[in-house]
Amino acid sequence: MASTIDKVARRRKVLVPFVAVALGFILGSIVVLLTGKNPLLMFNAIIRGLTGIDIARGGFNPRHIGELVIQAMPIILTGLSVGFAFRTGLFNIGAEGQLMLGSLAATAVALTVKAPAFIHIPLIMVAGMGAGAAWGAIPGFLKARFNVHEVVVTIMLNYTALHINNWAILNVFKSVDRVKTAEFPASALLKDQWLADLTNGSRLNWGFIPVILAVIAFWFILEKTTFGFSLRAVGFNKDGAKYAGMKVNRNIVMSMVIAGAFAGLAGAIITTGTFSFGRTLSAAEGYGFDGIAVALVGMTQAPGILLAGLLFGVLKSAGPLMQSAGIPREIGGIIQASIVMFVAMKLGIERILDFAKGKLARKTAETTMDDTEEARV
Amino acid sequence: MSISLILEMFPIALMFAAPLVIAALGGLFSERSGIVNIALEGIMMVGAFAGASVTVVLEPLTPLAPWLGLLAGISAGMLFSLLHAFASINLKADQVISGTALNILAGGMTVYLCQILFNQQRTRAFSSGLRKITVPLLEKIPIIGRILFREIYPTFYVAMALVVLTWFVVFKTPFGLRLRSCGEHPQAAASMGINVYAIRYAGVIISGALAGLAGATMVLTQDIQYTVSSVHGAGFIALASLVFGKWNPWGVLGAGLFFGFAQILSYYAKDIKFLASLPQEVFYMLPYVLTIVALVVFAGKSVGPKAAGEIYDQGKR
Repeated sequence: MASTIDKVARRRKVLVPFVAVALGFILGSIVVLLTGKNPLLMFNAIIRGLTGIDIARGGFNPRHIGELVIQAMPIILTGLSVGFAFRTGLFNIGAEGQLMLGSLAATAVALTVKAPAFIHIPLIMVAGMGAGAAWGAIPGFLKARFNVHEVVVTIMLNYTALHINNWAILNVFKSVDRVKTAEFPASALLKDQWLADLTNGSRLNWGFIPVILAVIAFWFILEKTTFGFSLRAVGFNKDGAKYAGMKVNRNIVMSMVIAGAFAGLAGAIITTGTFSFGRTLSAAEGYGFDGIAVALVGMTQAPGILLAGLLFGVLKSAGPLMQSAGIPREIGGIIQASIVMFVAMKLGIERILDFAKGKLARKTAETTMDDTEEARV
Repeated sequence: MSISLILEMFPIALMFAAPLVIAALGGLFSERSGIVNIALEGIMMVGAFAGASVTVVLEPLTPLAPWLGLLAGISAGMLFSLLHAFASINLKADQVISGTALNILAGGMTVYLCQILFNQQRTRAFSSGLRKITVPLLEKIPIIGRILFREIYPTFYVAMALVVLTWFVVFKTPFGLRLRSCGEHPQAAASMGINVYAIRYAGVIISGALAGLAGATMVLTQDIQYTVSSVHGAGFIALASLVFGKWNPWGVLGAGLFFGFAQILSYYAKDIKFLASLPQEVFYMLPYVLTIVALVVFAGKSVGPKAAGEIYDQGKR
């Protein structure tokens, strides 16, 4: 009996994000309608972004699939970052800053180290992860040592990271045009002509390999190791975990360090895959907030984060397609935010599900009753 | 650092402090009622967008346009905060997640509406925002007259008035007592016949009004149009001011002024000998670093409302 209840509860838990996604798209369509545009054009753009197939006008372009992967890669990683911290009961809004320092470290290694690609690229990835991890360690330490809430600290560190990045690009790497550094050597780049040709000139690169490895690492650490178990225990019940002899403070710091490493890797991949130079930034690019959405909709589970990353990746990659169809691309952001809101409103969704189920049950009851009555007649 | 330089810094610091103080007071109402409002930033963005849009549209018709812009900011903030209230009070959503959703939504929604209304990523530029005023007679007072009453944005006086008003409402009225009791122990409040849901709705909506006003103030005194980076973290600094100011209006005023000065240090650093050699970026990051330092220093000592952020469970004792 208990296992049936368990199964029902789990099935319903999986159902919530799907309902939230559906509601998000419905709300997005309503917004598009209210502002006098055609939501079908929006869906056509999204399907084009997802499959490369243009339903309205026909034709297939694999470039869109490549661009989808490009958009999904960093937000899957920041999703893993937010999700990992979440499992230990921490809210990491700082993935953005960790990502910026990761890309700064990647820039440093790409420009200063001379090595063949098979050494250079892994070195860049490790440097990005290291910088992100160090930046993540700060809020972890402050939380563990002084009980300062990680939310405000991580947000402040995002702005701090932005200005550190700009200072370093301008002063240490002597950006000539105040926008970007010198080009990286070929040995530092994830770009590949073969992948670009395969997808009709998209920016697709080898970055997806570290992303897949990161998803596997996330799953393995949390689900298959004692260390991961003790992290999750802290997330479930801090006091209980402490009573059971787990090192709560160490786990808080370690969780933020690993979360930071995921985000830092995202920075390294963007810098050496999507771009080929370090950049100054005028404002945050939103990878951190995207990561929150990805982690929540993916229910902080590795496969869920992968799927949610692809979902929000397509909302981003379809942006230019929507724009050319006359719909402002920000509709993607609106849909994304409302999906997060609906996930947060899970109690409401559960009520809707209960209501639908109750209605269904009543209906079946009625029909069976009808049947029996008919049979009697 | 000469005296005259400090005097010169004052009006500009007050310009930056006003929206921080107003938004932090908003946070105070919400958190005192027991709802953590991390959406201050997003509400400020919506308020700033509404304020700038109304000002641009009404500018040719009436000289009062910026003031109507402030009113628009208040209304937009209230409406937007209803979402947070509904999610976290009725549907018992995690308040930090709901607030984050609002922050993400604000960026997408305002730029989307800019595209629809103005065909660009930002609002059109208004020709003049709020104007600075000089208070006659009072400006003649030595020193104080110069720093508080000459060439000052009127929104600073609004902020000051709101500090006094907030103190009065929260600590001297029955409503304030009910508000605070819902933030400390909602079950006890409910047992005394207080409608926890209604009080919390009031807290969140007041915070929406104030954060909306703060956003409109910010764009109409510091900017020429609304862009997605018009608010650039002020809502989060306001949140930190609330912690720093120990959830007390006077403390919030002090913290807001402190962050106001921290923000303008970069403009004046070149005139101050021992700071001139540091790179510009150091001053850009200063307000954010100081926020962290302030949080660490005051972390152990500042006690917020006990039930803030907790999901209200009537059955709990």
